[in-house]
Amino acid sequence: MRIFDPHIHMTSRTTDDYEAMHAAGVRALVEPAFWLGQPRTSVGSFTDYFDALVGWERFRASQFGIAHHCTIALNPKEANDPRCAEVLDVLPRYLAKDGVVAVGEVGFDSMTVEEEKAFVRQLELAVEFELPAMVHTPHRDKEQGTRRTLELVTESGLAPGMVVVDHLNEVTVDQVDEAGCWMGFSIYPDTKMDEHRMVAILQRRGLDRVLVNSAADWGRSDPLKTAKTGAAMLEAGFSADDVDRVLWRNPVEFFGQSGRLLVDPDLADDAATGADASATFEGNSILRGSRD
Amino acid sequence: MTEIRPLADDDTLRGALDERSRAQLDALTAEVAEDPTRLGRAFPAAARRTGRGPLAGADGVLLEDAVRVALVRTAGRSLDPEPLLAELREVYRYGDSDEKRAVLHALSGAPDEVDGTDLLLDALRTNDTRLVAAAMGPHSDRLDDDAWRQGVLKCLFTGVPVAAVTGLTRRADRELAEMVQRYRREREAAGRDVPPDVQVVLDACAASPEKPKDS
Repeated sequence: MRIFDPHIHMTSRTTDDYEAMHAAGVRALVEPAFWLGQPRTSVGSFTDYFDALVGWERFRASQFGIAHHCTIALNPKEANDPRCAEVLDVLPRYLAKDGVVAVGEVGFDSMTVEEEKAFVRQLELAVEFELPAMVHTPHRDKEQGTRRTLELVTESGLAPGMVVVDHLNEVTVDQVDEAGCWMGFSIYPDTKMDEHRMVAILQRRGLDRVLVNSAADWGRSDPLKTAKTGAAMLEAGFSADDVDRVLWRNPVEFFGQSGRLLVDPDLADDAATGADASATFEGNSILRGSRD
Repeated sequence: MTEIRPLADDDTLRGALDERSRAQLDALTAEVAEDPTRLGRAFPAAARRTGRGPLAGADGVLLEDAVRVALVRTAGRSLDPEPLLAELREVYRYGDSDEKRAVLHALSGAPDEVDGTDLLLDALRTNDTRLVAAAMGPHSDRLDDDAWRQGVLKCLFTGVPVAAVTGLTRRADRELAEMVQRYRREREAAGRDVPPDVQVVLDACAASPEKPKDS
């Protein structure tokens, strides 16, 4: 089973996690820029964090045979702090870089005016930099937040196929599906989604435009939830090719739209189960020699 | 005007690119030639617009490094050493690891008037072996003896082949030998393997003419 985790915060994880992920088949991942638990109070601490996402963390992942990508943005929660608003001005430097495969996480936390302003501005940046957008949906009042999210996406002019709306559940999936956006699901030990509810959604609506992630971070979470969802799919009668589509080909298709993927097909081949790894990387630069 | 030595000659570099990538390199070069302060705009996209990986015909050189150094060379044609260094500092500051490494390689081909010691020291503070290796190239002649010895020791410690260290035989001295021997004793006491490069450095120290300790 080869796995591309489309949303995991490795900065908060250990080398044991990297080893276990590689053993489970993870060969590529996307680390979205997000809130670090402790609120930041200046632009400088954001730029150091972004530098780590395109620098040290990418190197750390490469030592474990995993291709690391990231998304860059001012997250919704911290968009509410005026001391952090100028982060929007430094984003273009990072959005120009290789391995930066989307603008994100953007979206709503508490549905404030400030959050909406930052969200709209960052959707404009996605259009300008021809990048997909990764949209976080709020933990509270998720349904209303998702509705407003989809309105803003439509107004932005960004194609729905360039947008993944994340942390969905049974209540919010259909409106995102109807809008033509990609649907992200975070599989968690006791909040968000679990692997069996995930399988039920896949059985009901199919595999199209679905991204399954562990969203593992500094909270109680499990970086192997992608693999466990793959196992649950197989148990429920899905084929190995179905699992490969959801856990590998779908994220490659979505983030491949950036033209910025850095996956070595050889890295993926050793975990593949009969699928053609190289064909899916057309148009993206291929990182070789990254395991020096 | 600041002459920057390329990582690979033009024929080797252009020969490794297909027609589309050559046109991209020409476009990037023209952009930087017209306005050298656009180096920072050209740098991030350089690899995805041209290519990456080992450069055929240039041993140990990566294509993306050769392209970026070629862009610095172009900027150098219309910038004096100080403004060029200012551009390089900016590119390094906001660069990802690949961009930072290319700046270090460009410094290694820069004339004496360009002093990027501060960038080397920044790279040597990281644990990214690709940056550490690039920092110990020809520009490391700029490092004072203490920083240079620590750089060599860091190579041993992080597994960077000391073959990447410029001037090892020339600069290795008794103080470095003592540091490396202490490192070896620590490894042996812990029952760990001693990397073969430890002996390479000790041999270099033994072969070098004796220098005053604080030279």
